[in-house]
Amino acid sequence: MIELTINGVLVSVEKGATILEAAEFLGFPIPTLCHMEGLSPYGACRLCVVEIGEGPKAKLVSSCTYPAEAGLKVRTASTRVLRTRRMILELLLASCPQSKIIQDLASAHGIRRQRFKQEYEDCILCGRCVRMCEEQMMAKAIGFRGRGEKRSIGTPFDVQSDVCRLCGGCMYVCPACQLRCTYTEPEKAICGGCANLSPPCIEKDPYDDMLCYMSPCVACEITKTEMKIGV
Amino acid sequence: MIQLKSIESFKIYRSQFLTKNTPSIPTVVIPAGTCAQAGGVNELIGLAENRILSSGLSGKVRLRITGCHGFCEMEPSVLIEPEGTFYPKVTPKTIGMIVEAVAAGELLTDLLYRDPNTGLPAPRQKDLPFFSKQLRNIIARCEKIDPTSLESYLENGGYAPLAGVMERNDSRWVVEEIKKSGLRGRGGAGFPTGLKWELLANQKNGAGKFLVCNADEGDPGAYMDRSVLEGNPHSIIEGMIIGAFGTGATEGVIYVRNEYPLAIKHLHIALRQAREMGFLGENILGCDFSFHIELVRGAGAFVCGEETALIRSIEGKMGEPRQRPPFPIQKGIEGKPTAINNVETWANIPIIIGEGADTFAQVGTKNNSGTKIFSLVGKIRNTGLVEVPMGIAIRDIIYDIGGGPSGKTPIKAVQTGGPSGGCIPAVLFDLPIDYDSLAEAGSIMGSGGMIVMDENTCMVDVAKYFMGFLKEESCGKCFTCRKGTQRMYEILDAISRGEGTLEQLDLLEELAWVVKDSTMCGLGQTAPNPVLSTLRYFRDEFVEHIVDHRCRAGVCKELITYSIEDNCNGCGACLRICPENAISGEKKERHVIDSDRCVKCGVCKSVCQYDAIKVA
Amino acid sequence: MTQSTTQLMNLPSCPNDAVDVHVIQRIVEEHNQTRGALIAVLEDIQAEYGYLPETALRTVAEATGRSLVDIYGVATFYRSFSLQPRGKSLISVCLGTACHVRGAPMVVEEFERQLGIRVGETTSDMAFSLETVNCLGACALGPIVAVDGHYFSKVDPAKVKSIIRKARLGLSPVEESVA
Repeated sequence: MIELTINGVLVSVEKGATILEAAEFLGFPIPTLCHMEGLSPYGACRLCVVEIGEGPKAKLVSSCTYPAEAGLKVRTASTRVLRTRRMILELLLASCPQSKIIQDLASAHGIRRQRFKQEYEDCILCGRCVRMCEEQMMAKAIGFRGRGEKRSIGTPFDVQSDVCRLCGGCMYVCPACQLRCTYTEPEKAICGGCANLSPPCIEKDPYDDMLCYMSPCVACEITKTEMKIGV
Repeated sequence: MIQLKSIESFKIYRSQFLTKNTPSIPTVVIPAGTCAQAGGVNELIGLAENRILSSGLSGKVRLRITGCHGFCEMEPSVLIEPEGTFYPKVTPKTIGMIVEAVAAGELLTDLLYRDPNTGLPAPRQKDLPFFSKQLRNIIARCEKIDPTSLESYLENGGYAPLAGVMERNDSRWVVEEIKKSGLRGRGGAGFPTGLKWELLANQKNGAGKFLVCNADEGDPGAYMDRSVLEGNPHSIIEGMIIGAFGTGATEGVIYVRNEYPLAIKHLHIALRQAREMGFLGENILGCDFSFHIELVRGAGAFVCGEETALIRSIEGKMGEPRQRPPFPIQKGIEGKPTAINNVETWANIPIIIGEGADTFAQVGTKNNSGTKIFSLVGKIRNTGLVEVPMGIAIRDIIYDIGGGPSGKTPIKAVQTGGPSGGCIPAVLFDLPIDYDSLAEAGSIMGSGGMIVMDENTCMVDVAKYFMGFLKEESCGKCFTCRKGTQRMYEILDAISRGEGTLEQLDLLEELAWVVKDSTMCGLGQTAPNPVLSTLRYFRDEFVEHIVDHRCRAGVCKELITYSIEDNCNGCGACLRICPENAISGEKKERHVIDSDRCVKCGVCKSVCQYDAIKVA
Repeated sequence: MTQSTTQLMNLPSCPNDAVDVHVIQRIVEEHNQTRGALIAVLEDIQAEYGYLPETALRTVAEATGRSLVDIYGVATFYRSFSLQPRGKSLISVCLGTACHVRGAPMVVEEFERQLGIRVGETTSDMAFSLETVNCLGACALGPIVAVDGHYFSKVDPAKVKSIIRKARLGLSPVEESVA
């Protein structure tokens, strides 16, 4: 067992546990987007940063990936942590304003303005879907492509993957697009995930902004083309 | 090639070299690194060889083709041994004359380097201020060695330090010696090398340990590692073997940029030679000590300079950094303990072991021992690689060695540390160059790039340049690094176009601190440095762009106009070359630029011989 | 056959069906023992075809047993790989810091104007591809432009035209030439 202090409270956790797990054990709330139980820790969204160490050596680390170390002193809601978290949320809102999860988090953290140029990117590249596909569904149909600003998630060559079983797991875990991206004809859709959702995405406006991680979704693509011809 | 099966046989073999001691035939040393090749040295080498043959000089003069000597501005240059005569900017016309003169023991005064201030010729290399103010421990070795010849390396004392270490047969001693030398990693952060080795030596040696030479020199503007790899590849290999002996490492990897074809070629040759002669492989020099080195090519990713990304890349994966701890020293390549040092660090190892840790520690300052190579580039008169003792003032490098600004415009700042570093303004040029002082000034030592900037360099543009670089080079995993660099670029771009606001300037700074604070790896944590350091020292330039819509350096396109001044004599050079036909005017009369058609491409300025094109 | 394969086949240079599966298998075989083999394999394939054809990547996946997602990820992560066929001549303009402060961005723009393409694109006659590189390590001679391994030093916008002309004529095999 490893003993560490979180917000002044002593806690002992098993070796190999992360700071996030230790904090959750004590009931200290830490917001996360890329973290999900059952998937390996990734540390992409940075929302879960906490402050460790003291004095000039104090630094922020992502609690979902940082291992609990003996004697570690952790602050989960210091000024520095909250300042950082607020900026991250502002950045998220600027890129992905449609996500209810992000909106709620921003609201809870008192974000009242967004000072960047508004984008509608949908995907925040948290990688939950990628890990879901690989670790839980053993498929590896989707993955990260490119790097830096060109990084994206999808299938190789943007064509339907041979190993995709249409399980819809990727959509199920997405924090940015939950309750979105549905399609009225599930039997035609490449991923069945949207079948149980309502209202279906096709009726939403604007339709083109809707996101499906299995993009291009065969069914949607067809409909889109038909719609365009119809116009 | 014979294989050496014991330390004794190495000594005998080596003594043959030293006693052979060829009579001192004058030698024309031709540096032929990548820079020199870009300057046309290959043709010169062919011409020199032909001249020696055709004039029957083969007994009177020799050629030695080496790596870079450092004074890139003057390349192709040659060095004449034993006198040390230096001929700069050699051309196909003059190379033959030089060869003849050397054979005849003459000096060609007309071809010598002339001091730009006094106009006096400087016959010997050591008479040039560029060389005389340096302390060239590593670079000078490149002058002596033909990088494709193992014999040449042995003649110059190569592999003797290794043999010494193996004879002493005390791995603790090796680590202690490196610790005593005070050598700090030359790759950027300056972690004490001896300490790193001690940590590796203390790791359990179950399934093996790795040593890595990080030759993924990614900082734009830094090329000392390339130069050492090209000029003295065996020194890196010997350094790694000594390291392996000290730490118990079993396998080595040299991770080298794919953009360095000549370095890769020389490393391949050197590795083969070292294996054949018995310095590498199983039972090195017949002892119970085995070490292998493999060459792995990178494929173009700045982030792979980060240790955990480097390890992923060596494993053939995307170069995405991961959480530390566990540190590479605990879990590195294939989960085995791994120590990573950069090229220049490794090049120092045989020197420390050969000459003694105390000798090494005497150079430089406390906590910053030894020499460091800098690449002095940008708006400076003497561009090139300079090696100086740690702790020397920036001013000494820029003005004494570098010869000051390249043109008439005064120097404004120097950028150190690449995209992770910052800009140091001219008022701070008395700062000593060491890891700690640079960090205090908001920059870092980095791998040693020094990009000199003058009044024609716009600091907003510089910050924007680095952000543009980093938003592409970020691996993209951490949201704050990926999006943060994009957003910083976006704001800087707006400012450079005169569309920024003062509120955005504050937002930029706020964002920069958050990115610095919240990302996982060194790339993200240092990514805001170019922004923060330019804001710290050159905030007025940012404000000027925002408030006055003015770029005083004449760089930011949206804020400048091209015009032709009175001293235009109507030669028509600009008129003919302008791609948009925006220039008009009668022959021998002052021309005019139609600002509506002008695309500000700068072609006119680059062809005008009278400096009549004004940018403001 | 997949959609994008058909698309690629319409391109004039090296269509996917020109990819010899045996060549790819041989390359994979050669790197059997190398560490981090994948990057070396892709580098060799690119040396062979000038880019990474889809069929080649699929063959690598089959031959190595690694998933296509991993291979595609690596192929798109590293800057030196191209998934698009490239022109006969590859023009690389160095955008290292030293070249940048000496005016390399203007050189890039001039190339774009002269060739009628953007960075990362290939001319329609497949003669030239234009790309920027972060540092060629010849900073003293900047701005540097490398065309098929030939270095042009101290390039300014006025020299661009002659570099393109020289490249069209074919450059001499020595690694030199000062514009």
